[in-house]
Amino acid sequence: MKGAILGLLFLLACPGLGAEEAVLKKASFIPHWSPQAQFAGYYVALDKGIYRKYGIDAGILQGGPDFSSCEYLKDKKADFASIWLSRAIQMRSEGVRLINVAQVMQRSALILIAKKSGGIHEPKDLNGKKVSLWEGDFQLQPKAFFKKYGLDVKIVPQSYTINLFLRDGVDAVSAMWYNEYHTIINSGIDPDELTTFFFDEYGLNFPEDGIYTLEETFRRDPSLVYAFVQASLEGWLYSFSHPDEAVDVVLKYMRDARIPVNKVHQKWMLERMRDLILPKDTSVMIGVLDRSDYEVVAGVLRENGMIKDVPDFDSFFIRCADHAKR
Amino acid sequence: MPRGKSIEFKLILFFFVSGMFIFLLIFSFTYRFSRHMIEKNVEESARNLTQSTVNKIETILSSAQKVPENLAYYLENSPYDKEQLLGLLKTVVEKNSEVYGSTVAFEPYSFERGSLYFAPYYYKSAGEIKFSYLGGAAYRYFYLDWYQIPKELGSPVWSEPYFDVGGGNIIMATYSAPFYKTDSGKRRFTGIVTADISLEWLRDIVSSIKILDSGYGFLISRNGTIVTHPLKDLIMHETIFSVAEERDDALLRRIGRKMISGESGFVPPMSIVSGKKSWMYYAPIPSTGWSLAVLFPQDEFMADIIRLNRAIAVLGTAGLLLLLGTVVFIARSIAGPLRAMAKATQEIATGNLDVEVPSVRSDDEVGKLAQAFEYMKVSLKRYIKELTETTAAKQKIESELSIAHHIQMSMLPKVFPPFPERREFDIYAFIETAKEVGGDLYDFYFIDKDRLCFVIGDVLGKGISSALFMAMTTTLFKATAAKGIGPDRILAQVDAELKKSNDEDMFLTAFLGILNTKTGEVVYANGGHNPPFIIRRNSEAVLVKETAGKVIGAYEGMDFETGRFILEPGETLFMYTDGVTEAKDDKGGFFSEERLKKKLDDLRDLPLKEVVSGVSKAIKDFSCGTAQSDDITIMALKFNGEGGSV
Repeated sequence: MKGAILGLLFLLACPGLGAEEAVLKKASFIPHWSPQAQFAGYYVALDKGIYRKYGIDAGILQGGPDFSSCEYLKDKKADFASIWLSRAIQMRSEGVRLINVAQVMQRSALILIAKKSGGIHEPKDLNGKKVSLWEGDFQLQPKAFFKKYGLDVKIVPQSYTINLFLRDGVDAVSAMWYNEYHTIINSGIDPDELTTFFFDEYGLNFPEDGIYTLEETFRRDPSLVYAFVQASLEGWLYSFSHPDEAVDVVLKYMRDARIPVNKVHQKWMLERMRDLILPKDTSVMIGVLDRSDYEVVAGVLRENGMIKDVPDFDSFFIRCADHAKR
Repeated sequence: MPRGKSIEFKLILFFFVSGMFIFLLIFSFTYRFSRHMIEKNVEESARNLTQSTVNKIETILSSAQKVPENLAYYLENSPYDKEQLLGLLKTVVEKNSEVYGSTVAFEPYSFERGSLYFAPYYYKSAGEIKFSYLGGAAYRYFYLDWYQIPKELGSPVWSEPYFDVGGGNIIMATYSAPFYKTDSGKRRFTGIVTADISLEWLRDIVSSIKILDSGYGFLISRNGTIVTHPLKDLIMHETIFSVAEERDDALLRRIGRKMISGESGFVPPMSIVSGKKSWMYYAPIPSTGWSLAVLFPQDEFMADIIRLNRAIAVLGTAGLLLLLGTVVFIARSIAGPLRAMAKATQEIATGNLDVEVPSVRSDDEVGKLAQAFEYMKVSLKRYIKELTETTAAKQKIESELSIAHHIQMSMLPKVFPPFPERREFDIYAFIETAKEVGGDLYDFYFIDKDRLCFVIGDVLGKGISSALFMAMTTTLFKATAAKGIGPDRILAQVDAELKKSNDEDMFLTAFLGILNTKTGEVVYANGGHNPPFIIRRNSEAVLVKETAGKVIGAYEGMDFETGRFILEPGETLFMYTDGVTEAKDDKGGFFSEERLKKKLDDLRDLPLKEVVSGVSKAIKDFSCGTAQSDDITIMALKFNGEGGSV
């Protein structure tokens, strides 16, 4: 917390380089899902004029299942994008020259949830059970986890709902801590009836959401990148210190996007984002990608044959917050 | 008077408090009883209404279930080709009004070898039956709830209700039944038959539940999602649990958990969703696991009771006030006069008997007390008036008595020794009068140079007359003794003289003697008096010999006789009145002659004055504070012999 507050003070004390310029620089950002509190920091930074304060005329594009943030960044339809670390490493490995300019989330929010009534209390209890998993990158951690504990698990493809789990069609389900977990709670199952597996507690921390841009964007105008990162992080810190206001902002963008709103759910999500974004070690600044986390993620990707070589960390991650400090 | 302790206050407090207590008791009983009755009725009608609604819903749902179930049964048991299947499916959608759409979705490659997806779908749209094939890269139905859940569970299920976005924003739910193919004895999952059921009728049924003005019903799905509710914003957006979370209402969450677990129950009044306190009854819809709840607004059902109780409260309060008024009136009518009388008593105690006694008209105990009080005041006043008069009269008499006493005492010789130049004898006298004027007397005087006449007497009775009688007698003795006649004749003459003018029949006893100061010879006569003692020098005291005689001033006849004896030098004649021997102690015993004699023996060697004072002290010690009833008179005469004291 202390580090976060210091960071905020620092950010407030040093308005972006662009602030002195009379003309605002245009920049677009695409989140990797539709509007929700998972991206509260960006919406708040936009809504409270924080981007503007940093000299950016920012626009947030509509994200969601039909609008891949990876594609938008790659095709230069967006200047900045929110992308999962594991996906970004794969893209980099595939030759897309993107760089991580801020690792916003410090811990993975992807978890496995099982019912205690199914006799599942620890990893070994999952052996021989049916577990529904989302496809793609969502399976990296669970599979590495099963491998690590030598579990023989029957994997069932998981769609958008958790109903299969609620109806006991599967024994465990993959879930985002800030989303599906709360949906389960609000479907009438009490937290003490559930067993949750947080992968970071099993040495498989995959920090998720980060801010990415293309190398060429950074080369062309580094100050824009710094300003965007600082403004976004300030938006997050503002959201954490003004949660009710932040939730209202998020709800506004959700309604604009015609997405059903549920205030308590967004509130929960914002609270979890706080847990996920603020580093546990208060002396660590927010938005920094930890080298060892990077190596764990890249290692799992290579083992699974998803990348051939681990991209160089130092050219992958640019510490924008640090740079601004200097 | 401190009000807090007054009878008035206590009466009012007692009656008011007990009245209030009784009223509250009745009130709370009525309230509880009527409330209980209403609650019972509400619970019963809530149960009935909920159950009948559930039955209605269940009937429709179970008939809708039949469609896919029958189709699945057909697919499992009859051979069919693609054409037959499509025809069948189309008929199903056409003939069943509640079925909005229906599909038979097959497992990958299980209908046709070449196709991953095979799911023909007939559905209603704008009054027409339309057809399409489901499945494709964008719609991988294998992973959707309607396909996956019955497949994994191996049994038909109702989906969670959902908004059909394409078909005009209506609420739908899909019933999916798995079907299997038996190949060489092995039952193999082949696909899912579904029927999409519009739930608009469900909405109509539930929203037709109207209880009084604000009662309503709502329905939640197995996940707790609010499917129908008067508040449109909640529908499909909130679960009962998210509402509970938003309100931080743990009870609502508990109720929600009971609802989705298929329980039914009656919930005491609480605010559920709408913010209005209501009773709620909930019951599950068995085929879907959804739960229907019906809310009975408490205030509306309680309105009559509240009106009734308000009326009771108003009547009760009015009654209480009336009671209070009556009690205050009664208490005042009792306590007011009592207080006035207490005040009057205080006045009387300080002596003001003219104080006004409060008049009480009533004929009750207080009235009688006031009358008695008035009577007491009048009596007291009269008594004190009389007492004042009597006291005044008595004081007058007492002052007269005291004068008489002084006169009497002044007649007795008080100076001792009376004849300091005569050394041949000592004489000493002592008189202690009782409170009233008494009648004892003593006197002594020389009738010639060598003869000393002495007399001690006791007039019978007390008071002024006896004092006067005593004075007269003293004078008479002195005058008669001066004639130089013997003691017997002195007494006789005095006796005769007294009888002449004795209208009141008064008399006295007296002992009269004449001492020859040269020889020590004493001649004497005794008029009914206690015989004196002679205190000898070396032997016990003896009584003077009795001589004939009688009381003086009464009775005829009987002469007085003269006696004589010699007092040896150093011997003493000790005379006294009956006040000495008849002095009483606190137990009523007399001092007596014996005790006197013994005392005289003890004291005989002492000087004369000390003998007398010794005896008087002995009497005082004996009587020990007991009031003296008679005069005590002592006169002692000691003969010293010619020439001086021995």
